[in-house]
Amino acid sequence: MIDLFLTEALPVFVDGIQATLFYALGCLVVGFPIAVLICAMRMSTIGPLKALATVYISFLRGVPLMVQLLISFYCLPVLGVNVAPWAAALFTLAICTSAYMAEILRGGFLGIPYGQIEAAQISGLTRRQILLWIQVPQAVRLTLPALVNEAVAMVKASSLISVVGVLDLTRAAQNVASSTYQPLTFYTVAGALYLVITMSVATGGRWLERRMAAGRR
Amino acid sequence: MDFSVLTDNWPQILNGLVLTLKLWLGGTLSGLALGLLLATIQVNSIGVVWHAIRGYSAVFRGVPLLIQLFLLYYGGPSIGFVLSPVAAGLLGLTIYSSAQFVEIFRAGFESVPRGQIEAARISGLNRFQILVHIELPQMLIIIVPSLVNLFVIMTKETAILSVISIPDLTAVLNGIGSTTYAFAETLFALAAFYWILLECVTMAGRVLERRASRYLIR
Repeated sequence: MIDLFLTEALPVFVDGIQATLFYALGCLVVGFPIAVLICAMRMSTIGPLKALATVYISFLRGVPLMVQLLISFYCLPVLGVNVAPWAAALFTLAICTSAYMAEILRGGFLGIPYGQIEAAQISGLTRRQILLWIQVPQAVRLTLPALVNEAVAMVKASSLISVVGVLDLTRAAQNVASSTYQPLTFYTVAGALYLVITMSVATGGRWLERRMAAGRR
Repeated sequence: MDFSVLTDNWPQILNGLVLTLKLWLGGTLSGLALGLLLATIQVNSIGVVWHAIRGYSAVFRGVPLLIQLFLLYYGGPSIGFVLSPVAAGLLGLTIYSSAQFVEIFRAGFESVPRGQIEAARISGLNRFQILVHIELPQMLIIIVPSLVNLFVIMTKETAILSVISIPDLTAVLNGIGSTTYAFAETLFALAAFYWILLECVTMAGRVLERRASRYLIR
C-alpha cells in the first residue's frame, strides 16, 4: 500500500498540486487587474461603459463556471479561436473570478465615506492621487475578508478544469484512482489535500487581515 | 445559429431541465433541513459534539463538490455503498449545502441575545418552544439574505452533476452538442437557462427578504 503510494501516486499528486496552485493563484493574479477595470467601468458615469460592465458581471456571475468552461473549450474552437488548453483554462477562471472580485471591490469603494474624497480634493490632491492613496488602500482593507473568500472559492472552483481534460489535483486523483482501482483511498487523499490548501489560504488571509488592521488607528 | 437542434430534441431537453431543477431544489432543501438540525444540536451542546459539527462543516466546505461527488459515486462502492448517479448527486448536494447552512444557522443562533433565552426558560417555555417562538423568528430576519444567497450558489453547483453521468440539462445539451457539433446553440441555451433561473431565484429572494423584515419597517 505504502509502496504503491510512493511509486505511483506521489509523483502524479505532486504534479496535480502544483497545477492546482498555479491555476488558483494565476487566475487571481490575472483576474484582479480585470476586476479593477470592470469595477471602474461599473462605477463610471458614462452610460455605455456602465451598461457593458453590468452585463459582464451579471452574465459571469449568473452562469455556472462549468458552463463557461464548456463554452471556452467547445464553442470557441468552432468559432475559430484556438488556444492551448492550459491558457483557455486559466483565462476562463480569471474572467470568472474578475466578475466576482469587481462586485466585491465596488462594495469596498462604496464603503468609503464621501467626505474623505471631498477633503482630499480640497487639500489639493489630484484625482489619481485620491484613487491611489485614499481609495484603493481602504477599499482593499475593507474587502480583504471577501477577497480571501474568493481566493478559497477559486481553489475549489479550479477543480472543474479537470472536466475539460486539464491536469490539476482532481485530474491527478482521477488518473491514480483509475490506474490503481482504489478510488476511495485516492479521492480521500485528494480531498484532504484540497482541505489543506483551502485552510492555508484562509489562515494566510486572516494573518493578512490582522496585519492590515494594524495600520488603522 | 440554427436552433433546430434544440426544437428537434425538446423532450430530452425538457427531461434534463426538470431533473436539474428537482436535484437543485431537493438537494438544497434537504441540505437546509440537515443544516438546521446540526446547528440546533451544535448550539445546545458543548465539547466533543460542538467540535465534531464544526469539523463536519469545515471539511465539506473546504473540499470541492466535484471531489465529494467522486467519493460518493466511485469511492462508495469499494465499501459496499452503491448509489445510482442521481442518488449520489442528491446526497452530494445535500451534504455540501448542509455544511454551509450549518454555519449560517449557527451565526443566526448566536445573534439572538442570551438574556432572551434565559427569560424564556424562566417563563416556563421548553426548548422546542424557545426554538420555534423565540430563536427562529428573530434569527430569520438576519439570515434570510445568506440563505437566499446559498440557494443562488446551489443553482450553479448543479451544473457539475453531469460529471457523474447524471442526465441533467448540462449533460443532455452537451451530449446533443457533441453528436451534432452544434456547440454554440446548445451551450447558448444552457447559459441562458442558468442565467434566467438565477435572476428568478434572486428576485424571489428579494421578495422573501422584504417579507421577513416587514415588521422592522413598521
